[in-house]
Amino acid sequence: MTVKCIQGEYPSVHMDSVDRFHGNQLVYVGWDHHTSICTANAYPLPPDMPFGALTEAVLPSVLAPHPDFAHIDWSKVEWLLDGQTFTPDMAKSLKDNGVGHKSLIRFKTPGLNGYQGTGN
Amino acid sequence: MAKKLNMRKRYELLTRGLGWEPTYQSKDKVFAQEAYEGIKITDWSKWEDPFRLTADAYWKYQAEKDKKLYAVMDSFAQNNAHLNLADASYVNALKLFIQGVSPLEYAAHRNFARLARQLSGEGAQIACQMQSIDELRHAQTQIHTISHYNKHFNGMHDPFHMFDRVWYLSVPKSYFDDASSAGPFEFITSVSFSFEYLLTNLLFVPFMSGAAYNGDMATVTFGFSAQSDESRHMTLGLEIIKFLLEQHEDNLPIVQGWIDKHFWRAYRLLGLVAMMQDYFLPESPMSWKEGWQIYFVENAGALFNDLGRYGLKMPKYHEIATAEADHISHQVFGIFYNYIHAAAFNLGLPSEAKMNWLSEKYPDTFDKYYRPRMEMWAEMAKEGKRFFNMGLPQLCQVCQIPMGFTEIAKGDPMQIAYRVSEYQGEKFHTCSDGCKTIFDYEPAKYVNAWLPVHQIFQGNCGGAAVPDVLNWYHFHPEDGGDYVGSADEARWKAMKGEAAAPEAAQPTQADAA
Repeated sequence: MTVKCIQGEYPSVHMDSVDRFHGNQLVYVGWDHHTSICTANAYPLPPDMPFGALTEAVLPSVLAPHPDFAHIDWSKVEWLLDGQTFTPDMAKSLKDNGVGHKSLIRFKTPGLNGYQGTGN
Repeated sequence: MAKKLNMRKRYELLTRGLGWEPTYQSKDKVFAQEAYEGIKITDWSKWEDPFRLTADAYWKYQAEKDKKLYAVMDSFAQNNAHLNLADASYVNALKLFIQGVSPLEYAAHRNFARLARQLSGEGAQIACQMQSIDELRHAQTQIHTISHYNKHFNGMHDPFHMFDRVWYLSVPKSYFDDASSAGPFEFITSVSFSFEYLLTNLLFVPFMSGAAYNGDMATVTFGFSAQSDESRHMTLGLEIIKFLLEQHEDNLPIVQGWIDKHFWRAYRLLGLVAMMQDYFLPESPMSWKEGWQIYFVENAGALFNDLGRYGLKMPKYHEIATAEADHISHQVFGIFYNYIHAAAFNLGLPSEAKMNWLSEKYPDTFDKYYRPRMEMWAEMAKEGKRFFNMGLPQLCQVCQIPMGFTEIAKGDPMQIAYRVSEYQGEKFHTCSDGCKTIFDYEPAKYVNAWLPVHQIFQGNCGGAAVPDVLNWYHFHPEDGGDYVGSADEARWKAMKGEAAAPEAAQPTQADAA
C-alpha cells in the first residue's frame, strides 16, 4: 500500500542504507534459546572480514559472560542465515559466505540450552 | 427578563454558528487535510459533543483544579514529603514517566491544536481545542510536580532533550510521530481511541495507584487533577469512532485498519509500563497481567461487543497481546537489566519477597522461565561478574524496542521472534506479526525510521563509545546502573539518617543549571 499524502509522493529515505556505515555492513547475530541475552546484537562489520573472526573475536565480546559460552563446540553449532540453514566457511569472508547488509545470523548450540536448560 | 436557557440550548448557542463559509478560498483549500485519507464526512452537524462544556465553564473548572493541585504541591515541597516515600527506588517510576510520558502530553497538545484547525466541524474543533489545552496543562503540571523530585534525585533534569535522542525513549517518540505524521483522522483514531479509550487505564492506573501505594501524594494529586480531563478525552475517542462509522460505510475498513495498527503500536509501548508496574514499585497494587485482564480483556471486550453493530471488530492480534500478558513485563525488564548502564534510571534484581509476589501473580511463567534467569544473574553478580550486555541490540523497525519478544503464541516462549520484510532491495526486521503487518502496509513510511542503534553506528550520536553517546543524551554518569550502590540510594540513606551524605551525591552546579 502506498502511503497517502496531501500532495505528491510520500518522501522516503532509506535511513540505514549500506553506504551510511563507513564501509561496514550491519550484521545481526542471535543465539537461540539464550534469552538472558535479551536480543540478537547488531554489529557494523567489514564485508571482507573472515567469518571465523565472528566466532573468535566479535561474539565473545558480548556473549562470553554467559556460562554456556565457554562450552560451545563450534564444529557442532547449527547456523541459520536469513532463515536458511547454512554451513559457513570460517576462512572465507562474510560476503563470500552470503552475509549481506542487515543479514540475520542465528545459531543453535545443541545440548546447551541456557542456564539449567531453561532457555536463559 | 430573558428566560434562562437550558444547558443544551445554551451549549448550542455558545458552540455552534461559530464557523462560516469561506469566500476568498475554496473550503477544500482551507481544510486541506480533511479529505486525503479517504474518510467521507457528509454532515458535520451530526457530531454530538461528548461533554457539553463551554469555554467559560472549562476555564472555571480547570482553574479550580490547578489551584488545588498547586496548593498540594507547595505543601509537599515545604514538608519535604518525598521523605514519606516507601523507598527511593520508587522514584524510578517517576523518571520513566517524566522522560517518556510527559513529552507525549506536549506532543498531544500540538497535535490537537492541529486538529482544531484542520477539522471543519465546529463541534470537533472545540473538543480538540480543549483537549489541546488539557494536554499542555498536563505536561506543565507533571513537570511542576516532578520538579520537586528533581531537586533530590537523578535522571529528571532534561527529559525533553532526552526524548528526542535516547534509545528507549524512541519507543514512545516513534509511536507518537507515526500518528502525528498521519492525517487528522488517523491521528485522532490513534490517540483518542486506540490509546486513550482502549489503553489509557493501563498507563495511568499503574502510575497513579503505584504512587498512592508508595507514599507519593504529589503524583496522586496530579492524577486526580488529570482524571476528569482523561475521561473527557476517552469520550471524545469513542465519539469520533461512532461519528466516522455513522457518516459513511466506506469509512469502516479505513477506521478498522487504523484501530488495528495503533492498538498494536500503543500496546508495544505499554511494555515499558508493564516493566515499571511489576519491577519498579516497592509496593505493588496490581500486576500487569491483572490490569490487562480488567482493562483490556473485560472492558475492551464489552466495548467491542457494543461497537459490533457498526461492523467493528476487536483489534487484530489482540489475542497475541493477551497471551503475552504472562511474559511481557519480565521480558522488558530483561532488556533493561542488560542495558541499565545506558539508561537514566536505576533498577535491580527483585528481592526474594518481590519474586514470591511475581510467582503468585504469574503462576504459569515466573518460576518456570524467569526466576531461573534472576537466579543466574544473581549468581553472576555474586561472583563479581554482574552481566551487562556490552553490544548494542537489534531493534524492531516499527516499535523500535530491542527485539527481545518471543514466540509465545507458537509455544516457544524462550525463543526470540524474528520477522523480516524486503523492500526496495533492503531487509527490514520486526519483532512480531503485529509490527511486520504495520511495516508491510506502509513500508515507504517506516524505512524513514531513526533507529538509535543504527544512528550510533553511523556516527550521528556524539561518538562511538558508550560514554560519548550518554553525554550526547545529556545523561550524567551516575544516572543509570543498578539501584543498589547508586547515587540515589546513597542520597536516600543520608536523608533518612542511615548514612552520612556522600560527596558524589551532592547536586552539582551543572545539575542546578
